[in-house]
Amino acid sequence: MYQIIRQILKTGIKTEAPPQPDDALRVEAQRLQETILRHVGRALAIRHVDAGSCNGCELEIHALNNAYYNIEGLGIKFVASPRHADMLLVTGPVSRHMEIALRRTYEATPEPRLVVAVGDCGCDGGLFSPVDEQCGSYASCGRIANVIPVDVAVPGCPPTPIMLMQAILTAVTSGGKI
Amino acid sequence: MRPDEFTADFPELPGALPIRRGSVDASRFRDGCAQVRHGGGRLVALWGSDERADDAGYALHVALIDSTGMLCLTLPVSAERPAYPDISDLFPAASRMQRAVADLLGLHASGADDQRKWLRHASWPGNVHPLRKDFDGRCAFPAETDGYPFVTVTGDGVHEIPVGPVHAGIIEPGHFRFSIIGDRVLRLEERLGYKHKGIEKRFESMSPEQGAKLAGRVSGDSTVAYAWAYAMAVESIAGITPPDRALWMRALFLERERVANHLGDLGYLGNDVALSFGFAQFWILKEQVLRNNAALFGHRYLMDKIIPGGVTIGLQMPDKRVIIEECSMLERELGVLRSIYEEHAGVQDRFIGTGQVTPALAAQLGLCGLPGRASAQAWDARVQFPCAPYDKLDVQMMTHANGDVAARAALRFDELFESLRLQREILINLIGGDELSKPVKSLPGHAFGVGMIEGWRGEVMVAIHTDALGRLARVHPHDPSWQNWPVLEHAILNNIVPDFPLINKSFNLSYAGQDL
Repeated sequence: MYQIIRQILKTGIKTEAPPQPDDALRVEAQRLQETILRHVGRALAIRHVDAGSCNGCELEIHALNNAYYNIEGLGIKFVASPRHADMLLVTGPVSRHMEIALRRTYEATPEPRLVVAVGDCGCDGGLFSPVDEQCGSYASCGRIANVIPVDVAVPGCPPTPIMLMQAILTAVTSGGKI
Repeated sequence: MRPDEFTADFPELPGALPIRRGSVDASRFRDGCAQVRHGGGRLVALWGSDERADDAGYALHVALIDSTGMLCLTLPVSAERPAYPDISDLFPAASRMQRAVADLLGLHASGADDQRKWLRHASWPGNVHPLRKDFDGRCAFPAETDGYPFVTVTGDGVHEIPVGPVHAGIIEPGHFRFSIIGDRVLRLEERLGYKHKGIEKRFESMSPEQGAKLAGRVSGDSTVAYAWAYAMAVESIAGITPPDRALWMRALFLERERVANHLGDLGYLGNDVALSFGFAQFWILKEQVLRNNAALFGHRYLMDKIIPGGVTIGLQMPDKRVIIEECSMLERELGVLRSIYEEHAGVQDRFIGTGQVTPALAAQLGLCGLPGRASAQAWDARVQFPCAPYDKLDVQMMTHANGDVAARAALRFDELFESLRLQREILINLIGGDELSKPVKSLPGHAFGVGMIEGWRGEVMVAIHTDALGRLARVHPHDPSWQNWPVLEHAILNNIVPDFPLINKSFNLSYAGQDL
């Protein structure tokens, strides 16, 4: 126990200031009213869904929970069921084998069920879909928006934890219309 | 006949690894597999290809390794009767690979016990085979109903828990079917393939340069291992050797990938036994490694840094200091954290004896990579078949015999210290110079090359076949998770359901890498 306490004290506080929201990441204009957003604040419950990624995006989503980004310190936490979630954080492309599971997860999420599409593949299907065809292939449906409505999309291969935080915060702040 | 006599007439492939390749008939195919098996060797990969463009039907390929090197056997399969002899009795790990070949190419393993589909769910009909050349990868089919006969366990008080594909944490999708009595697991059956996104079909329309990017995204957490294995296969075909400096850089990248992943896993192993202190500490260390990667090489996970012919970025000499300081910091912190984990009664109580795979079972099932070494399976491609620059590094392989969560955690600590030592050695040998890569001109026609790299999870293999014009005809990336997923079904037996997340994490297998 002594060793653990000494190590915690020696480590100190690593958490850094969170980034600002970025309206450029919006796909849909903010659907929530200012008053609702004010009540929700940043008390946000996120359900992560891997709909077919290479698992690179998952590495950075894990990193959101490390001491530097400390996303839980902002009141944002990952939950185990879509029933508990305000937001789905979806990585892709959506494999055809995950299409039904993703739709069902979306339907199981209570309104307003915000959706953030993560990564180049989540935004446009990435390398896994034939070029210039967002419709995908025999095995991939392409981008997330081909399967469920998307509010915010964050590109990157993978997007950094800072970019992910920006996208999540953008979805719960009132901002410019597109 | 010994394997080396059997293969004496097979030519050795050019390139970084000792690989022999030959074409055999069905009886010699079985013989070759049996000899490797009885000589203590293993199956690395099994895949098929469509050779009808050359009027040669189909072909089935296996990559086997024993202490002398790799043996690749190709068995021609007739287009009229697309079947080949089952080898899952020799190598149990072959079963799922054979089922995948049946799904993707329509070649069947005669006599195999398990003929159920594997990678195919409901997205394309059973009589359609995506890896056949006359299949257009862009077409999509209306979804069918997905019937899959799980094995049911019957008896008083037995019930099932279905889990997934969408799991409770930040995890890749897969389905686990537990049959239990009370909390005790009588049987676990895995159903994977949810992430199948047609990677092998995508390779067919790509240039070797584009293929390198895709190879680096088969399993994102092993991007360095895949990119290197792919580059090695291309370089074997093209007959080029990358500059020395590039090879040292590749080894540096690979060891940094190993360090980052082992740190993350040790953090989650702490988290899964309610020691969130462990998660916090190890993920601080991991983040520091990733930030150094971004600052020095421009990408946190080193994606696209390895290309066929070399690497895209070097290390400036003054920046060596950054890595040396990082290594010292990690050695210091890991020493403290290891003693905390080892002396923590709660951690050890959950780790020791949990999810055990005995050495005998591991050998029988072909457990490989890190979980294999934790069950006394002494295989490490960096040690047995050291491609440059590992031939100059004298990698020390560590093994444990207990095969439980504690052994897999201890091995991660051992391998971390060894990787840090290796990074220092690499930095000493890494000299300046301008040349980072050699140009890869067009590839020869009807050529074949293999690359194999010991990634953090185990051996990653990439096989490449070119067509008559030297284009990518067939690229098969193979993840060590193919071998290890079936063993996880055994590791959980007689354990309790709440220990499954811990056991699963101690293996930390790739879903993306096996679903392709």
